[in-house]
Amino acid sequence: MTAFPSPLAGYLLVAALLFAIGLAGALVRRNAILVLIGIELMLNAANLNLIAFWRYGPNPQLLTGLMFAIFSIAVAAAEAAVGLGLVISIYRHAHTTDLDHISRMKG
Amino acid sequence: MTIVFYLLAALTLAGALAAFLLRHLIHAALAVTVSFAGLALLFLSLDAQFAGFAQILIYIGAVAILVVFAILLTRADIPKEGVFSRSWLVGLIIAAGVFAVLGWAVLESIGGIPQQNLAPAISVHDIGSALVGRYVLPLEIVALLLTSATIGAVIVAMHEREGGK
Repeated sequence: MTAFPSPLAGYLLVAALLFAIGLAGALVRRNAILVLIGIELMLNAANLNLIAFWRYGPNPQLLTGLMFAIFSIAVAAAEAAVGLGLVISIYRHAHTTDLDHISRMKG
Repeated sequence: MTIVFYLLAALTLAGALAAFLLRHLIHAALAVTVSFAGLALLFLSLDAQFAGFAQILIYIGAVAILVVFAILLTRADIPKEGVFSRSWLVGLIIAAGVFAVLGWAVLESIGGIPQQNLAPAISVHDIGSALVGRYVLPLEIVALLLTSATIGAVIVAMHEREGGK
């Protein structure tokens, strides 16, 4: 089981792949809710990086990486609430959540 | 690298990939919930118990429910033109390029990073003291942000009055 140079590299590569999947979802999917899910996946990949560096880096007792990840989770939750509220508002206005049809600022 | 890590990584990535590929929005929301659970278990395997349980509570408990509510409220049908955007090829190329650059950077630089393998002895007591001690200002700012985000989300999604447009 030595496919990776170190445990840290394994976690970082998983986070990179998760980030790429989230980015592809945000760029490619038509539905606004799926785009938001892609953004959440990207934020989660960043959290995984932070926690992996906290675990394997020097001075984990200072808790810097873990605290950053916890605050990042809180910010992501706020972002999800506002983003989904915006999607519901747009749906009420334009009767669609298809992003290829919502291409104008002017309703 | 243990077998547990490979299983959790496979679970997380399979959930994310299924959320990216599935046609039905509800199925995609359930798949992304599986991915969030896999991430929480990865956090636990990294000895970050607090972050792992926070991930379960916030993502599986709150964000997944919010997403399901948004899907049900918008009654989104499967579009006839397919689930992917017109510019899907460009998006896929950008995502593949980003992954190539990130993977290259990780594999190139991993040898130069000092690593220690001792599990950090952190208790919830330490996290609590740090939150109200060294990190009290970010904690207050997050409280303010969550309050304003909740009020903002309600105002944005509130029903518009007739003629108020």
